[in-house]
Amino acid sequence: MISVEGLCVSYGAVQALRDVTFQAETGKITAVLGANGAGKTTLLRTISGLVSPKSGAINFDDKSLVRQRPENIARLGVGHVPEGRGVIGEFTVEENLRLGAMISSAALAEGLLEQYERFPVLGERRKQHAAKLSGGERQMLAMARALIAKPTLLLLDEPSLGLAPLVTSQLMTTIRELCTQKDLTVILVEQNASSALRIADHAVILYLGRVVANDEATHVRDDENLRRYYLGLVE
Amino acid sequence: MDAFLTSRIMSDILEGLTNGMIYGLVALSLVLIWRSTGILNFAQGAMAMFSTYVGMIVFAHDFGYWPLVGIAVFVGFAMGGVTERVLVRKLYGKPEINPIVVMVGFLIVLEAVAAAIWSTSPRGIPSPFSPIDWQLGGHPVALSAFSSYEIGTALVVMTAVAVLFRFTKLGLQLRASALSPEVSRLLGVRVSRMLTLGWILSTGVGTVSAVLVASNFFTGLTPQLMDGVFAFGFIAAAVGGLDSPVGAIASGVTIGIILQFVGDYVNSNAIILTALIILIVSLMLRPNGIFTRSAARRV
Repeated sequence: MISVEGLCVSYGAVQALRDVTFQAETGKITAVLGANGAGKTTLLRTISGLVSPKSGAINFDDKSLVRQRPENIARLGVGHVPEGRGVIGEFTVEENLRLGAMISSAALAEGLLEQYERFPVLGERRKQHAAKLSGGERQMLAMARALIAKPTLLLLDEPSLGLAPLVTSQLMTTIRELCTQKDLTVILVEQNASSALRIADHAVILYLGRVVANDEATHVRDDENLRRYYLGLVE
Repeated sequence: MDAFLTSRIMSDILEGLTNGMIYGLVALSLVLIWRSTGILNFAQGAMAMFSTYVGMIVFAHDFGYWPLVGIAVFVGFAMGGVTERVLVRKLYGKPEINPIVVMVGFLIVLEAVAAAIWSTSPRGIPSPFSPIDWQLGGHPVALSAFSSYEIGTALVVMTAVAVLFRFTKLGLQLRASALSPEVSRLLGVRVSRMLTLGWILSTGVGTVSAVLVASNFFTGLTPQLMDGVFAFGFIAAAVGGLDSPVGAIASGVTIGIILQFVGDYVNSNAIILTALIILIVSLMLRPNGIFTRSAARRV
């Protein structure tokens, strides 16, 4: 479980996050939704230590993550799949996974086997350079690379970006299954609100850096005003 | 066969190869730093020279050749690490001219300090290998025990670097830190340590090249020891592609051989001119280097 309290982040004069407070519970998916520029990516980057907050607290399993280095936060069990996936194109699929497995205490061979079973296409292409993969395959690789480190908190930044609707739907199903099977805490940042709300337990809506809704996903899904004004979902 | 091995052409090839391996080592040490930190280390040769002085002269009275080589390389490692932490760390993310000015300044300081401490007169460093060419059917081949030692050492160092980068966990982290530092940090790689390690390795490799040059019976150790070698190594790195270790070594060897032919058949004064022509032409035709695939280039 992770709790964020009164988090403020600014880039120079621009305030990207203003007093953001929410909790993400273990074994649940918390969707963070909002338009472009709402501060979703900044929120994830602050949790994983790439951005330092101006004020506020982030506690993950009773440990403070504020002002810790990203590499140490990763070693505490935080897996971050960044926007645009961040697979290393010059590396083969397997090298990407080996890099992810570096901080895991489990045996490399077992970890690889587990990921290849979950994402068979990665097993078939393990000797290929990651640059040759399709968008969906890269997303799988990025997820597998985060999972192989055995994180307990998974931060996913726009996993559906650039994917076809069918691939997105499969991906969301996979995220749901993973969360339940592994009892993961998942924070899912998405612009594609309807896909995310389909699998999320909880939803936080950001608007210009502020939390404007923090509720169960079903309530957000059914709230006509939220859907219309903040998520752009109008039938 | 014997006639061919002792022919003028073969002699040029072998002598060029021996020099070229040294240029390749210098180029490799430049590539190691460029890839990980995007800095072109103009002080590379001077740092290697300085470590060689510390290792070879300060301790010279107490040990034999091999322990001195070990000490020099160890001093090289330490110098690389300290330089990165103290001098270079502040330069990351600054305009490209800053590291260039700082490293050129460091080069001048090191050469001046070395001259002040140890004077500019050459110091002989007796290696256990004879520089006299081997004979074949009464004719000399352009290879000696010493040049074989140079070629062999360069090959061992290059292979060790390749094995480290390709087949070890540490190498994977070094490559990842160079290619994608932010993603590497998110995966738990201690990137700042990897950058320091890159400098340590690079200066170590550079020091090996300086030790080889200084051990040559015909040169000896001077504060300007690496100036010429560095220039050719730098040209090799630029021609081969600063991102490509294999390219750096291959073009180092090629340049070594070409320059040997030019020196032998044309005029030894034409060597530097030829090296510059190679650099200019290759930068005009393939500005990113012959062996590199990426488009980004900062210098």
